[in-house]
Amino acid sequence: MDKFFSGQFLFVGLLFAGLALYPLFGSSYGLDLVSKIMIYAILAMSLELLVGSTGLVCFGQAAFFGIGAYIAVLFSPESESASLLWLLPASILAAATYALFVGALSLRTKGVYFIMVTLAFAQMAYYVVHDTKLGGGTDGIYLYFKPILGSVIDLNDAKVLYFFTWVFLVWTFVFLAILLRSHFGRVLAGIRINEQRMRASGFSTYPYKLAAFTTSGGIAGLAGFLFAVKDGFVNPEMMSWHLSGALLIMIILGGLGHLRGAIIGAFAFVFLQEFFKSPAIFGDFAKHWQLGLGLTIIACVALLPKGLVGLPEVLRKRLYGSRQPRDAQVVLK
Amino acid sequence: MAETLLKGSGITQRWGGLVAVNKVSIELERGTVHAVIGTNGAGKSTLINILSGEFPPTEGQIQLLGKDATHWSQAKRARQGLGRSYQRNTIFPDFTVFENCRLAAQAQVQRPWVWWNDAQKCKQSVEAANRALELSGLTEVKERFAGLLSHGQKRQLEIAMCLAIQPEVLLLDEPLAGMGAEETDRMLKLLANLKQGHAILLVEHDMDAVFKIADRITVMVNGSVIASDTPDQIRINPDVQTAYLGGH
Repeated sequence: MDKFFSGQFLFVGLLFAGLALYPLFGSSYGLDLVSKIMIYAILAMSLELLVGSTGLVCFGQAAFFGIGAYIAVLFSPESESASLLWLLPASILAAATYALFVGALSLRTKGVYFIMVTLAFAQMAYYVVHDTKLGGGTDGIYLYFKPILGSVIDLNDAKVLYFFTWVFLVWTFVFLAILLRSHFGRVLAGIRINEQRMRASGFSTYPYKLAAFTTSGGIAGLAGFLFAVKDGFVNPEMMSWHLSGALLIMIILGGLGHLRGAIIGAFAFVFLQEFFKSPAIFGDFAKHWQLGLGLTIIACVALLPKGLVGLPEVLRKRLYGSRQPRDAQVVLK
Repeated sequence: MAETLLKGSGITQRWGGLVAVNKVSIELERGTVHAVIGTNGAGKSTLINILSGEFPPTEGQIQLLGKDATHWSQAKRARQGLGRSYQRNTIFPDFTVFENCRLAAQAQVQRPWVWWNDAQKCKQSVEAANRALELSGLTEVKERFAGLLSHGQKRQLEIAMCLAIQPEVLLLDEPLAGMGAEETDRMLKLLANLKQGHAILLVEHDMDAVFKIADRITVMVNGSVIASDTPDQIRINPDVQTAYLGGH
């Protein structure tokens, strides 16, 4: 376990350090892009808690993200900045509350039914803001004054926002890493592998799953808040199933079952998207970026069954031709 | 008179028109192995599922340690001292043998809200896991990944995970299935050892083993009990001979 942690922390520590230094030389475009990726990484980690850690394939994560974002905008006064001190908790709490509601009902189903029920609840939330007065029609709503914390934190400044997001990225990772090795996290891992055995051992699994679902929703709400504040804008697309699907692709691309996989997946997904969207590289074909992105993702999943997290292992095998699985080596030594 | 730890009375399970278990009553006493035998489809597994709380019976009552447990969830029954093993392995293959037992033991000391503490450093569950491994003879392989164990060891681990929750009653569903002679011997020794402090219900197809270890045998045919007696009496019971043993 300690070994697992040191390897994970070394890589992620370097990544976080790199991200902290990036504003020293990054352009404003780059800063905005990396902020966006960091927010997606937080969101992807919230989904990883459900899919990779607990085995609950949630297809409605965008709803919690969108609720966090909409609360940030709807609760902000029109002509001045709101205080972070209550606006951020309000976003998280609102998303977590909806997750508690959705989880309480959807966790009574299993497998493909669970996927569809979570999707249905997300679509319900989507249609509350889609083309309605509350959601600002199809255009969405602007946030003219971004939240502040006295004179300490002013999120109207792009660099402050960048570091603010960075802090929450690190916090989310550390929080979830600690959570996953606790009593609670081990029970989630047990539920993922064999829920029946967990019940037979004396765990009432439903409250555990509901707690995980609610926590995940709260973190997704945090990501939504950050996104709304970054763009100064929300629109219904933030709650659409496209985003829920993209998030699933991110964590699969990165490698299910690993927190860092969610971060790597978010980076890979957005970079690939930017790459295939670039007219400088693809000219007119950039219009069809989804084709290139889709084919690349199919290739990745086919060649890297454990996701990008498994890339070093695959390369090592290619280079040294070792056929023995790593686990077996550890055991046999 | 020995202490009755688990008591099922008039248990009936209907699936539509089919009566899978028909008015079965059974008592498990501390210090005894009570075997349930019967052909495939006789309702043995259904009975074990009902007793352990996998689903509620259509009719009947269940008492665990003197309390009415008919409406308790499976998890609550387990926490109150009812351990069960499965016919198919239900171990966690990606975890070490030790962690398999430790996680099971954690059910007795659940503190999910202490999210900052490392579960592997939880003293009570570590101690309970080590005891269970010791009892079931798996201490030597405790650092191995459970998925890499031999079949016999996996079956032992299945039992060790039951023991980790420190149960009073053990419901064992075919613990000897697929085992070689040597592995069977080892498992029987383990069961004889466990008999001292526990009440054991054993569902098993290996008749030699059953007659060797059981103190009492209940014979089921088509969901009903046709005989329940000591092994010697069961051996000479004419009903059992025609219905099941075929002159064994």
